[in-house]
Amino acid sequence: MKISRIIKTVFMADFLAGLSIAVKEMFKSKKTINYPFEKGKISPRFRGEHALRRYPNGEERCIACKLCEAVCPAQAITIESEIRSDGSRKTKRYDIDMLKCIYCGLCEESCPVDAIVQGPNFEFSTETREELYYDKKKLLENGDRWETVLAENIKADAPFK
Amino acid sequence: MTYFNIFFGEIYKIIFLLLPILVSIALIVWLDRRVWAFVQKRKGPNVVGPFGLLQTIADALKYIFKEIIVPASANKTIFVLAPIITLTLALIGWAVIPFSNEMVLANINVGILYLFAISSLSVYGIIMGGWASNSKYPFLGAIRSAAQMVSYEVSIGIIIINVLLCVGSLNLNKIVLAQQNVWFIFPLFPMFIVFFISSLAETNRPPFDLPEAESELVAGYQTEYSGMMYAMFWLGEYANILLLCALGTVLFLGGWLSPIDIYPFSALPGIFWMIFKILGLFILFSLVKAIVPRYRFDQLMRLGWKIFLPFSLIWVVLTASFLFFLDMLPTIG
Repeated sequence: MKISRIIKTVFMADFLAGLSIAVKEMFKSKKTINYPFEKGKISPRFRGEHALRRYPNGEERCIACKLCEAVCPAQAITIESEIRSDGSRKTKRYDIDMLKCIYCGLCEESCPVDAIVQGPNFEFSTETREELYYDKKKLLENGDRWETVLAENIKADAPFK
Repeated sequence: MTYFNIFFGEIYKIIFLLLPILVSIALIVWLDRRVWAFVQKRKGPNVVGPFGLLQTIADALKYIFKEIIVPASANKTIFVLAPIITLTLALIGWAVIPFSNEMVLANINVGILYLFAISSLSVYGIIMGGWASNSKYPFLGAIRSAAQMVSYEVSIGIIIINVLLCVGSLNLNKIVLAQQNVWFIFPLFPMFIVFFISSLAETNRPPFDLPEAESELVAGYQTEYSGMMYAMFWLGEYANILLLCALGTVLFLGGWLSPIDIYPFSALPGIFWMIFKILGLFILFSLVKAIVPRYRFDQLMRLGWKIFLPFSLIWVVLTASFLFFLDMLPTIG
C-alpha cells in the first residue's frame, strides 16, 4: 500500500469528502414533489384513461368503423354497431376491458374521427375488478368530463401528426 | 405507608424519564428518515402532522393494529420474550444518564459499568429473536449480530478505560464534571472517532448493518416478526442508538456542560445542552447512514479486532504514561 493511501485511510479522507458532499446536497432544492397535493407536468401525448368524445352539438363522434377493435393488440375493445333511423351508423355497445388494456395508444391513433382518445387522467384505480370493465356510458362520461383538456391536447399535438 | 410513598415516588420519576424518551424516539425516527431523504434530495415524510412530525406515531398505530404472527415452528416463549428484552434493556440504560447536575434517576457510582453491562446484555434480545424464529435468515442475522456486537464491545470497553483514566471515577456525573476545563474530545480525539464508529457497529447502523442486511438476509433477526413485536425491536434499536449518543456525549462532549462559560450560554439549563449535543451526534449517525455502503463481514471483523482493538490499547498506554509522567493522575473517588 502506498504511503499516501495509508494517510488517506487513517484520516478518513474519502469518508470526510463524502460527508461534505452529503451536507452540501442536503440544502439543495428537492427533486421530488408532494404527489397527491402537487402533480408533475405531463405531455399532451400522455396515454391515460380512455374517453369517447362528442361533437360540439352533442352527437357522438364514433362511427363504429371498428378500426380500434381490430388494431387493439390486447383485444380489450368490443364494439357492436347499429344503423340508426336517420341512416347513420353508430355504436350500440362500446366496451373496453381496462384490465386487458396495455395503454399502447393504437386505438387513438387508428381512429379516423378522433372519437376514442386516451386522456391525461391516470388516477382511476378502483376497489373491484368489475369497475374497470368500462362500457359506452362510462367512456362518454369521461369524454364529457375531460373534453376541454382533450381538445387542447389534440390541438397541441396536431402539428406533429 | 412510607414504603408506598417511596415506591410511588420512584414510579413517578421513572415515568417522567421514560415518557419523554419514548416520545423523543418517535421524533428521532422522523429526524433520521428526514435527514436520509434530504441527502438524497427527497422531501421525506412531511404529510402527517406539522412537517410530518407525527409520521412515527401513525406508523406505530399501524403496527399496534396489525396481527402478530408467531411461526408454527418457533419457540413461542423465547420468540415473545426477545423484543420485550430488547426494548427493556434499551430503556433501563437511561436510568444513569445525567441530564443535568441533579436530573439523574439513579446517581450510582458505577454508572458507566452499569451502562456497559446493559449494552452487552442487549445482544441477547437479538440472539433470542433469531434463534427462536427457527428460520434461516433470522438465524444467520443473529449469528452475525452476536459476533459483531461482542467484537466492538471490547474496543468500546477499552475506549471507556481511556476516559476513566482521565477522570478517576465511574460516576457519569463526575465524568461530566471532570470536563469543565476541556472536553475529552480534544485530548482524546482519535478515541472519539473510534468510539463513534464502534457505536455504529454496536447499534447495527450502516455501514455495519450486517445483521439486518436487506439485500442478503431479508430483515435479519426481525424477519419473522410482525405487528407490535416488530415495532418493539424497532423502538429498542432507536432507543439504543440514542443511548449510545448520550454515552458519547457524556464521555467526550462534556455532557450537560455548556460549550463556553459565558453568560447567554451558561444561563441555559444543562438539559438543553445535553439534548442539543445528543441531537448533534444523532444527526451525524443519520448522515453516515445516508452516505456509506455496507461492510463485508470479514472486513468488519478485521476492523474490530485488528485495527480498533490494538489502536485503543496503545492509546490506553499512551494516556496512562502521559498522565503518570506529567503527574496529572486524578485522585480516585
